[in-house]
Parts: sequence; structure tokens; C-alpha cells
Amino acid sequence: MAGGTDGAERALLAFGGLVRRAEVSPDGRALYQVGGREADAFYRDRWSYDKVVRSTHGVNCTGSCSWKVYVRDGIITWEQQQTDYPSVGPDRPEYEPRGCPRGAAFSWYTYSPTRVRYPYARGVLVELYREAKGRLGDPVAAWADIQNDPERRRRYQRARGKGGLVRISWDEAQEMIAAAHVHAIATYGPDRVAGFSPIPAMSMVSHAVGARFLSLIGGSMLSFYDWYADLPVASPQMFGDQTDVPESGDWWDASYLIMWGSNVPVTRTPDAHWMAEARYRGQKVVVVSPDYADNVKFADDWLPAQPGTDGALAMAMGHVILKEFFVDGRTPRFVDYVRRYTDLPYLVTLDRHGDGYRPGKFLTAADLGETGAEAAFRPVLWDLAAGAPAVPNGSLGHRFGETGVGRWNLDLGAIQPQLTCAGGTPVTVALPRFDGDAPAVMHRGVPTTTVAGRLVTTVFDLMLAQYGVARPGLPGEWPAGYDDPAQPYTPAWQEPITGVPAAAVTRIAREFADNADRSGGRSMILMGAGTNHWFHSDTTYRAMLALTTLTGCQGVNGGGWAHYVGQEKCRPVTGWSHLAFGLDWSRPPRQMIGTAFWYTHTDQWRYDHYDAGVLASPLGRGTFAGRHTMDLIAQSARLGWMPSMPTLDRNPLDVADEALAADPENPAAHVARELVDGRLGFACTDPDAPENWPRVLIVWRANLLGSSAKGNEYFLRHLLGTDSNLRAAETPPDQRPHDVTWRDDAPEGKLDLLLSLDFRMTSTTLFSDIVLPAATWYEKHDLNSTDMHPFVHAFTPAISPPWQTRTDFTAFHGIAKAFSALAKDHLGVRRDLVAAPLLHDTADALATPGGVVRDWRTGEVDAVPGRTMPKFVVVERDYGAVAEKLAALGPLLDRLGTTTKAVTVDVGPEIEQLKSINGTVRGGVADGRPRLDTDVRACEAILLLSGTTNGRVATQGFEALERRTGQRLADLAREHEGKQIRFADTQSRPVPVITSPEWSGSEHGGRRYSPFTINTERLKPWHTLTGRQHFYLDHDWMQELGEELPVFRPPLDMHKLFGEPRLGPKGELELTVRYLTPHSKWSIHSEYQDNLIMLTLSRGGPTMWMSEVDAAKIGVADNEWIEAVNRNGVVVCRAVVTHKMPEGTVYMYHAQERVIDVPKAETNGRRGGIHNSLTRLLIKPSHLIGGYAQLSFAFNYLGPTGNQRDEVTVVRRRSQEVQY
Amino acid sequence: MRVMAQMAMVMNLDKCIGCHTCSVTCKQAWTNRSGVEYVWFNNVESRPGQGYPRTYEDQERWQGGWVRTRRGKLRPRAGGRLRKLFSIFANPKLPSMGDYYEPWTYDYEHLLSAPAGDDTPVARPKSLLTGKDTTVTWSANWDDSLAGGNEIAAGDPVLRQVSDRVKQEYEKAFLFFLPRICEHCLNPSCAASCPSGAIYKRAEDGIVLVDQDRCRGWRMCVTGCPYKKVYFNHRTGKAEKCTFCFPRIEIGQPTICSETCVGRLRYLGLMLYDADAVAEAAAVEDEKDLYAAQRSVFLDPHDPEVAAAAGRAGIPDDWIDAARRSPIWDLIVKYEVALPLHPEYRTMPMVWYIPPLSPVVDVLRDTGHDGENAGNLFGAVDALRIPVDYLAGLFTAGDPAPVRAVLNRLAAMRAYQRRVNLGEPRDESIAAAVGMTGAGMDDMYRLLAIAKYEERY
Repeated sequence: MAGGTDGAERALLAFGGLVRRAEVSPDGRALYQVGGREADAFYRDRWSYDKVVRSTHGVNCTGSCSWKVYVRDGIITWEQQQTDYPSVGPDRPEYEPRGCPRGAAFSWYTYSPTRVRYPYARGVLVELYREAKGRLGDPVAAWADIQNDPERRRRYQRARGKGGLVRISWDEAQEMIAAAHVHAIATYGPDRVAGFSPIPAMSMVSHAVGARFLSLIGGSMLSFYDWYADLPVASPQMFGDQTDVPESGDWWDASYLIMWGSNVPVTRTPDAHWMAEARYRGQKVVVVSPDYADNVKFADDWLPAQPGTDGALAMAMGHVILKEFFVDGRTPRFVDYVRRYTDLPYLVTLDRHGDGYRPGKFLTAADLGETGAEAAFRPVLWDLAAGAPAVPNGSLGHRFGETGVGRWNLDLGAIQPQLTCAGGTPVTVALPRFDGDAPAVMHRGVPTTTVAGRLVTTVFDLMLAQYGVARPGLPGEWPAGYDDPAQPYTPAWQEPITGVPAAAVTRIAREFADNADRSGGRSMILMGAGTNHWFHSDTTYRAMLALTTLTGCQGVNGGGWAHYVGQEKCRPVTGWSHLAFGLDWSRPPRQMIGTAFWYTHTDQWRYDHYDAGVLASPLGRGTFAGRHTMDLIAQSARLGWMPSMPTLDRNPLDVADEALAADPENPAAHVARELVDGRLGFACTDPDAPENWPRVLIVWRANLLGSSAKGNEYFLRHLLGTDSNLRAAETPPDQRPHDVTWRDDAPEGKLDLLLSLDFRMTSTTLFSDIVLPAATWYEKHDLNSTDMHPFVHAFTPAISPPWQTRTDFTAFHGIAKAFSALAKDHLGVRRDLVAAPLLHDTADALATPGGVVRDWRTGEVDAVPGRTMPKFVVVERDYGAVAEKLAALGPLLDRLGTTTKAVTVDVGPEIEQLKSINGTVRGGVADGRPRLDTDVRACEAILLLSGTTNGRVATQGFEALERRTGQRLADLAREHEGKQIRFADTQSRPVPVITSPEWSGSEHGGRRYSPFTINTERLKPWHTLTGRQHFYLDHDWMQELGEELPVFRPPLDMHKLFGEPRLGPKGELELTVRYLTPHSKWSIHSEYQDNLIMLTLSRGGPTMWMSEVDAAKIGVADNEWIEAVNRNGVVVCRAVVTHKMPEGTVYMYHAQERVIDVPKAETNGRRGGIHNSLTRLLIKPSHLIGGYAQLSFAFNYLGPTGNQRDEVTVVRRRSQEVQY
Repeated sequence: MRVMAQMAMVMNLDKCIGCHTCSVTCKQAWTNRSGVEYVWFNNVESRPGQGYPRTYEDQERWQGGWVRTRRGKLRPRAGGRLRKLFSIFANPKLPSMGDYYEPWTYDYEHLLSAPAGDDTPVARPKSLLTGKDTTVTWSANWDDSLAGGNEIAAGDPVLRQVSDRVKQEYEKAFLFFLPRICEHCLNPSCAASCPSGAIYKRAEDGIVLVDQDRCRGWRMCVTGCPYKKVYFNHRTGKAEKCTFCFPRIEIGQPTICSETCVGRLRYLGLMLYDADAVAEAAAVEDEKDLYAAQRSVFLDPHDPEVAAAAGRAGIPDDWIDAARRSPIWDLIVKYEVALPLHPEYRTMPMVWYIPPLSPVVDVLRDTGHDGENAGNLFGAVDALRIPVDYLAGLFTAGDPAPVRAVLNRLAAMRAYQRRVNLGEPRDESIAAAVGMTGAGMDDMYRLLAIAKYEERY
């Protein structure tokens, strides 16, 4: 049809004028006929519609695909992908069409029998509430009456998840919800109200409206990125950035691509074509995956590494690259890159250890005698040009404060960094290794020199020692060669661990680096959940990122890391964040690390048997020995490292009153004194005390209990107080926390109210007390963006929300009005004491010189709010005015502007403009302010306040950054200074965004987005201690774990930690296997796994994939029912038997819920669980570090991951007669 | 010479990611209604695997397509119209519902309506045929991505043909996807099987349709189609099939499956052919000659004589122009990278495929063969992870030579473009080794890799 499309139409119209005729071929075999118009009227009629509307899918998936939604007679009929993305250039493929089978099946939900059409509540709760209200009259009194009666409270809690939902009116639902909030706030405090809603980029307004409501009342928003274990902790550790990755169009620029733990066709379906097509440019494709995954089909090489051993593979590749490209040969490009852009030339002090040394802290300007608070944050290297130590610009010590103005940049000037102390005095350093049964120590030599009286070496020298790359004249134990299996980290060493032949590792490493050299850094690693969902994934990732960084691929189009799991880029981040957290009305908001919240409040900590000391390095000082994970969480909270919600063991409204009364000038000091004296405590030190429970939980745009709730059965038992399949035993007395109170009666049923908003029935709605019927993504206005492409585009309603459904926006405004009406009298205007942690991208990051941990509780240091403990800030809450504030842009922005990543912009002009666009509020607390009372107006505010969508804001932000860096930057945005992307623009077509200081890459001139190109090209520092990419982390706790440098740490040993059976057969009928939960082909998390079309294209219900070898061991045939059991719970599902799986590992694809075809378990006669019934949370101490350079908290930036992949389970064939 | 025009499709299997978006968008637009719940005009099969309906390629069993008589004529394998008339009330060669799958749904309603009880409500599967509780034992895509392993793959008729040793092992696994629609054949055996004359080929574009008014529901077409791409609507009692989205094609839009193909692997275009030559070409004696025979009926639209004849046959100028700019022409004739599916059925199918390039197996890789290096690959094509014989069983009636030639061209394109990518001098010898020029390589690369919307359709 090329070019002939119009022609075809014309031609057919011409044909249409002919008389219908039929012609039989001479041999009678074929019948030709012109037209067929009448007989085929059915299909013509079928292909007809009234309108096509642009929308997309608003959570779970980060694909950000724009869709055409077809509507006929007011009914949504089907959807197809839009193809109108602006071109990315004539010489490359385009983004059209973006979409996948799951998205194409979305409209099934609209009219499906699983659609939630009306508000529902648990019948028993409704009865109790109506009775109490009838008796008492007041909603809050009625709610309190139920809560204060343990018998009635337990009655409705125990009914959770067991049917009995009844329809109620919106008015009654809102009233109950409002009463629950008011009661919790008045009785326990606003931080006892929590909200969970992930992935704002996918529907910014739907997310922001709820988060804004919670922030205005003082509730806690829970993080999701770390909780999902999608946060690559290595990214803040190495880059000082949460996650910043190339758009998929940049894969095209790579000439060598490793897909490592990321099954692109399945999990990045709309982007996969870039990979398939780039091969035709001669891109070489390598896949690392334990199974014959779908992406192996595209691979030139497949390295089938055993699950969880990727770190060993990466370390061995690093060994080859360091040896061949830095020692045996010196690749100028690589050497130049690491000198400029990494910490490799920086000097590290060596501490005495036994007969030798161990790595210590970075040498800083303070060691050279510089004074001032910033000196300890200005690390030092050796300048070859001057033959003296030098303090380069660009470190954290230049980022804040007057002395760093114009100096926060990567311009080395005349400095020539010395990469190695080679030629200096050799000494032996002790380094930990974790590859054996027990941690052990390696002794390897490094060259040293002495600076300012300190024995130092470079990070580069330590790296060579760590990787086992020998150089002449250095003492210690070194590998004899690549084929030496005994010494880490040779190719031969990794072979028995990963199962990958040593020769293959050597070859791929060499090719990867060689390609990077020949292509100018265009070697890329696409990485994902397969490598990132493990307990020790941060070390795995650091070993992988070492490969892209050593070879100079970071900050290069077509090169570097490309982390794709859970990553989502809310491109207009400034507008979204200021709206979502109510920063226009009050600051700071309450934000909480999700994993610690769930670990604490689902009482998973009560089942942790192990001593955190088992994780420590043999070279450690014993910091963790004898301490429980809960002790570490408590320490992190009290030192202000990580937030802790609920924060204090008393209502923060009362604490604020008391502190203001005691010390009106400095209430924070009063709070600090009370904490030091023990009259006030942190809630997390007695989490099972009723006053410290979370009381209200709102879940929207999310399916916590069907998808992300690692330790699902713990949630059911302790948080919800209903039946569960939990089988674990509690921790015996000698292994319990020291600093945290153990209550013998574990609480069951902490939540007063679980509220969910959804359009379909999920495991979360099944267990909720109140379920509100949500509009779908085809029934609302909103905004959508991603990191996979550079566009912002719109949701537009194809139909109005049907039945009694409402958009999240409308629902939260309704809740806010009901709440404000009750709160006006019950709560009034209060002061709230908010405890805020030490924040990244602020001067708080200078709180801990040298990363040396000092605890005020033991008297090592004074308790100073904002320095050695959290900041304590009093915030006013006008509870009667919450609904008014929700619907208007508040006045704080006029005075404080917007701030993202330490760049502050005066948005005065934007606020004036927004008044014109949105109109202003008349009367009330928001008199004269811009209106945010509709979803479209909220969209306009987000777009106008963000640099990516408003060229003036971007330009002004870069100008501010120019003053700090002394580098030219504003030209990156100036080409679009007058451009403003309005909501209508995003409705007509996806719109490319503007280069902005909100992100690290440049799209100037229409180039593809790749992270860190502004850093490498414009010498803007990374947000780290040295301002460079970090191989070395010198915080005390990193040293305690033995993770100063990239290192291999194997999967956790569940037999040792928890007494689970060892891997392998257990008699004839049972088998213990690794239990992995990768992302599914037929769902996006739990969404679509219940969709009839997806179920019809797969196996029709929950399954577990296992190898033919394992299946034979326990006599399981394909599609037979099996049962998987471990201490955490029970799963019943059917087996998919296949030769594509490796022996010893099963996959239960993630987020197969208990709603579809799950029978009762043989194990206990109860309904089988979800995939997360077999998992639980395990917290890594290093993720709790805060207050130190890039290891400082920011929401979804740093926090413990909810990893789940180290788990094992017993699998057995069960009776094939199943009961429901 | 009698010039006719045919809308045709080429799918580049090398780019197929097996996502099934095409199946879903097609299903949603055309067959999500009662009577055709089990019908997928477009489906995607995992190979090796049994396909949908299962083992449909086993013509010994299903009797689809044509056979060549001893006198060199063709007759439908299941018998001609006369024989059909005698057996019209008993057509035993139909796949049963179990061979497709029994469509089902779930008791979703129960999740909301379940009364208070002692355990979590669950939605059980219910048959869409009987309305009763059911157990799911087969689906539209049961063996996706090697699900079921050897137990199911052993039933793959192509795999059985090409190898005695069908045992698949973990490290030697291979997989690719085969999306399928109706072939809109030049020599459609479904039409020849229909006692009512209800199946016809549109004279203007060759789209094969079922006249819904004339169809009497004999279902002989279901038997006659060797690809099993005609389906029976249980509600209306009529046959239904892929319409090549003619209501869209007529107004210049691509088929739904093409436009929504996320892998961007489908090409649409017009082909001119000599209708008088079809019968003879389809009846060549040796099955292995059928690929070449079918190509021989295609007419070169750049040839002035062809254009003149087309004009005489009533084909408008802009259609002839479209045929000249057809990507189908380029892929089948100019670059010779597209091959027909099962030419041995002798139906002259018009949906063609570029076979998938796969890596060399580990054994060879470890001795230095490398997918990015053309010099090595030419020697190693027979050691590819996907056996060439298997592809030949699908596309060339078992002749490995054309498959090898295509794979060599694809491999050569990669090697050639890699040098360009890395800024190294172009190496004409790579192109020459596969009978092409560097400029030709660039053009083919543009069509296969950059593949703009305007150039795919």
C-alpha cells in the first residue's frame, strides 16, 4: 500500500459503482467476486464507531503508551495504539506503535463482572456503625465507640477478606471514612494515618490528589520504589541519583547490549523493537538469564548464570577489564574518563589491621588543615602536575555554602589526577570475601604514599587489589591467571558459582570493553528485576555498574546502565511533587520508607531469628553483632537517617502543644531534651503498643495485598487481624531486639480502617473495610510520562464514569469535604510536630563527617536536631480548611518558590499565569489563590510549574545552577524558553519535553535522552561526596558490611538463617527449590492477571514454572496441581513443566492473586495464598544509612528494599481433587 | 497473461517478540462476541509447539489443502465438490472444540457478592459452552514460550518431520514465534471446498471472504483450509474468517494486526500476479519447487508490459504505482528474504515470512564463531540454535537452501552495518558474498530496521 492508500480508496470507490459480479476461474477452483458489499455489511457495521479518544493506562506499567479508545453508542468498544508520536529522526525507528497485549485488553474491565460499580463496605462493620451512630448521633463518637470496644473491633476485623461486602451510599462511605480519620488523628495523631499509591508518573493527578489530602492532614505517604525492591540502591550509592536511565530510543545508539536480568520482550514489550532493530545496525546482543527467557531468542550469546550469582559474573568481567584495559594495556579513553568522572584517583587512608592494613576513609581537605564545616566533604587526590595533594572542585563541600559558589563543577583546571600510587611503598591490605561457607579475608598489596602524615592509597589501587589484578612488586595472594579457580575474582573462580564457562566470561568482558573503546562508550547494560530484587542486589549492581563506568560508558548516548524495573520518570516532577506533598501550604510533609513501615507494622520483625552480625565483614568492628534488624531501624530513626512513622510514642499534636509551651522560641530543642531524657520515645521502639499502631490506611491506584506485600500472610494476621496461612514461629527470647520492646501478646488487627479505591476486585479490595468504586483510565483526565520515551501525553475520558464510580480526584475531594466538616469542630486548628530526616540534596548531607557514626543515645555526641537526630518542625493544621486547601494552590510558593534537587526557582510569573488559566478562589482560606478544583486545572498547574514542560522555568533553573557551578548550562533550555506545554497540547499529541535541571540528561536539539550527559559534557557534578561516580563508600556501616568496594555476595542461606530445608530433593515426593517471582507476560503486576483475554492466552490461572528434571523428581506432569510451602505460607497452583527452566529453580510469575481459581490447600484446608505468601521482608542494614553525602534520605531515593528473591520453598504434587 | 492484484503481508519473524498484541487487538475488534469466543482470526504460535488448533499442520489427519493427482492436476485433499456432496452431513475431518479449546470465563461476580463466610471468595472457571464449573486443560495459546516442554512439543508436526531426535534440553532450547492470519491464498482450497459457493476472492484485491448470506454452514471450508483459518460460528451457523480488515484497507488504513504490531514486523502491500499461471504453478510436481513456482506467477510492476496489461485488466494507475512501491515486492522479489508458509499445501499463500536469525549454538560459539562476524556465521548457519531444517519444514517444503540464503543475507546485513555503526570503512565484500551490493544492503536495512510507518504499509 506504500503511497497507494488514497489511491486504493479511490479505486475501490470506482469499483463500487460496478455491478456485482462473480467469476469462476476456468478450472473451477476459484471464485472471484467484485466487492461483496451487501454480504459483508456485518463486518462493515462491526468496524464503525462514533469517536476515538486519546488515553492511556495509569499505574503499574511504566510504558506510557498513548492509546486510541474507540467509543460507539456511548460504549467503549476496543482500544488500539496511537501512532502519532513526534519523529525521533529520519535515521532511526520511531516510537509507534507503543502498547502491549495487556493494554490492548484493558477495556475488558470497563463492563466486566469484576468491575466495582458502587461503594461497598463490610456488612458487619456497617451494622456496628449504624447502631452506634443511631445511639450516639455523632459519626466520630460512633466510630470511637466501636474502636474502644475490643470485642466489636475484632468482630469486623476478623471478617476481613471473607465476603459479606454490602452496598452503601457515597455519603455514608465518606462519613465513615471521615470519622475514622478524625478519630485516629485526635486519639493517636495524624501520622497514624498512612497512604499508599505508587508510580505517580503514570497518572500524576490521580496520585497527587490523595497524597495532597494526606499531606495536608499530616498523614504519612509511604514510599514504593524501595518497597518494590525496584530501587537500585547502587544508584544513590554510586551516582547520588535515584535512577536516571536512557529512553528506549537510545538503545538504538548502543553497539553492544547486554540484557542482564531484564526480559525485555516480556517486561518492556513496547520498547523491545528498538533492541530487535538495533541488531540490524550490527549491535551485538548478549543475554544473562537463568532460564531460556523470551529475550534469549534475540541473543548472540546466552550466559545462563545461576539465580542470584550475577555479582560473581560481573566481578569476573571487571577482573578481565581491569587487567586488560588498565594494567596490561592502558586504554587512553578509559583512563582519561575515570580520572575525570570517577573517584578512582581519590586518596583513601589505610588503617592498621593486624600485621597489615585495611581501607579507611577518604582523605579530605580537613586532613590537609582546611577548616570550616565543608572541609571534611572535600576529598583529596594527588596532582601529578603540581606534585602535591589537590582538592578538586565539584565535591559536596562545594555544593552548599558561600565558599563553593562557582566551584561546584568537574573542571580539573591544571590538576592532573594521579590514578595510582604505583612506585610507592607497598603494604598489604585485608579485604573480605563472602563466596565461601563463611566470610573470609584476602590479603593483597597496594602501593601507598604518605600525605599529611597519613598513609594513603588510591581507590584505583584498592580496586585492583579487590578484583585480584596483580601488579609486579606487590605483596599478597594473587590469582595465577584467568584459570585460577581459587582466587577471587577470576573467570575460573566464577565458573562453579554461576555455571557460566570461564572462557565465555572472558570473551564477553573483552568484547564489551573493546566495543566501548571503539564506539566511544556505546556499550550498554540493560538490567532489571532479575538482578535487582535480591537482598544483596546493591553489591551486584555495583559490580555491574563498574563495567559501564570503567569503560567510560556512563553519560554517553548509547552507553551505560539502563535499569528498567519499576523505574518511572515523572518528567514534570516539580509540579507534581509540590502539589502531591502540599508544599504550597505547609512543609515538611510526612514521608515514610515503605519497607520499614511494613516490616514493623506487619510484625515480620517478630519472626526474624538472625543476628545482624551474620551479615558483617570479618574485618568489621562488631557494630552489628548481637543486634536485631529492628534495633538498627530504631537507630536509623533516632539518628535522623531514615524517617519513622508513626514517629513518637505520643500524639504529635500534643507534643507540639507541650513543646511550644515549654520552649516557644525553640520547640525542637525541647523535643530533643525529652527524647534524651527518655520522657518521650520513638514509636518504633515499641511498635506493638496500641498507641503506636497505624490506624488508617488508604490504598489507591494500588493492590498492596495482591501484588507487592512481601510477607502477605504476616499482613493478614497482624495488620488486618484476620485468618492467615502463616506458619513461622516467633523469635526465641535470646534473639530478640535489645532496644525495642517485646510484647508477649502479638497484636492482631492494628488497622481501624483499610480503605481502597479501585475499579476491579483485587486481593486488597477483598480485605478492605470500605471499597470505593473508581473510574478507570478511560474515564478521567490526567497526565502520563515515563523514562522510556521523552513525551508527556494525556488521559481523556472516553465515557463519563459509569454507575456510581468516581475519579480518584473527585473521590478525594469528597472525602476531604466530609473530613473537613467533621474536623472543623472535632479537631479545629492544631499544631503538629513533624520529625523530618536528614535530606539528600540539602546541606543535611553534611551532617556526618567521614561517615563516622556517633549516637546521641550512648552519649557519643550531643543530640542536635537536624544534625545528630531528626529535625523537629512545628506545622499548623487548620483541619476545617483541608478541603479548601486541597482545591487551591497555596501561598508558600510565592515566597519559597519551587525546589527540586537543590535548584530553587521563583515561580511568581507562573502563579500569576495560573490564576488566569484556572481562575481564582473567592472567599475562605484560599481567597484569591489559583483554583485546583478540577483534574484538568491540576494538570495545568503541574505542567506550568515544571521545567520539563515550561521553558522559562527550565531556563531559570539552569541559570541558578550556572551560578553554583560556574559552567554554561542555560543554553540547554533556552531554545525552548518561551515554550509552555499546556494540557490541550498533551491531548492532541504526545509532546516532547524540554531539557531541565530536574534531570541529568540533555535533549537539546532533539537528541535522545541518556542520563548524565550534562555531567560529562557540561562538567556538572554528580550529587555525591566527591561529585564523581563512586566506586568507594567509606561510611562506617558500609565498612562494617565489607562493602566499601564492589564485592560478590551470594544469595542468603535460608537454611542457616531460618532453618528452611536445604536445596534439593527431600524424599520422593518433595523438593526444595529456589523460589523466584519474575514479572509475567500476561499481567502488569496484578493487573490483567484476572483479565479473561490474558487468561485465555495463557494457562487460565495461577501457575508455577518448573524444569522437566525437577518435575520428574516429584512425579508432577504438566498442568497438575501442586502445593508450595515454606515458613511464610502456602501456595496452591498448577505446574507448567518445561525444559526452558534450569534445575533447582521454580518461577511463580509475580502477582498471581488469590482471586482467580485458587483452591483450598491440603496443608491447612484454607484458601491458597498469592505469590507473596511464600516471601517475607529482610532488611539490609546498609539501606538504612542516612545523613551522609549521597547516602542521605529522599523519598523513593534511598531506603531499605523489599527484596524477595533469596527465598526457597518446598514443592510437592498434591491430590488432583481440589476443593474451593 | 491475466493481471490481478493481491493485497499481501510479510511478517519478519526475526523481530517478533511473541507479545500477542496483534491477537488481542484483532480479537477485541472482530471476535469478542458469542458464537466465536474460541475464534482468533489472528493467533501467535510458539515454535516448537502444536499450534492452534493443535497439530493443524498434520494434513494426514486434517486433510486440508490440495494434492496433486498422478495426472498432474490438483484436487482438494479431502475430496472435490462431488465427494463433499455425498458426505455433506458428516464431515469427520473437523477439529473438535477440544482441538481449539473450550472457551471459559470465571465467576467474577462472586468476588463482590459472596456472603460473609469463613474463607476468601474466589472466582472459579466456568465453561462458556455449558455454563458449568470447568477445569482449564487447554487454551488458545497453551504452549506459549515452551510451556509444557517436550510433552507438548513432541506433538509438533513440523518437528516430527524434521528430526527423530525431538528431545529438547535446557541448554539447547530454541524458540520463536509464528503469528498467523488467513493466507488469502491465490489458490484457496477453502473456496474450492465450499458446496455453496459462499467463499470468494475479491477481484480487486484478492481478499478471501465468506459471503455471510450464502454460507449454509457446511463447514467443508474448515476442513479444506490447511491453515485452519476458517472458523464456524456456533451462534449463527456460518463460517467466519479473517477479512484482512477490508473496511480499513478500503480507506487506506493498515489491518489492525499490522498497525498494532509492537514489534513493527508486519508489512502490507499490493502484488500483481498472472491469474492464468496460478493453476499450473500450484501443480508443479516437486513440492520443493513450489516456492519458486509461486514467485514465478508474480508480475514485475516496473515492467511496462505488465503495467499495460494491468491497465487493460482494469487495474487503476495508482494501484499499479502502489505495486511498484510495495514493500512486499521488495521483500519477496528484490531482497529475497521472505518465504511462504507451507507452500506444499499448494494454496499459494499470500502471507509470507522472513525466517528468524538465531545465534549459533554454544558448541560452535565456544570455538570462536560469533553472531556479529559474517565470516564465521556463513559457516555456522547450519549450527544455528533454530535448526535450518525446522524452518525449511515451515517455509520451503523442506528445502534448506532458500532458508540458508535468507539467513546469510540477514547475517551479512548485520556485519555490514556494524562497520558503519562503528565508523569503519564499508566492506563491499560482505554484501557481495550474499549477492548484494552495499547500497542494496542499505536499502534493505532501511526497510527492515528503520521501518517507518509509511514504508511498512
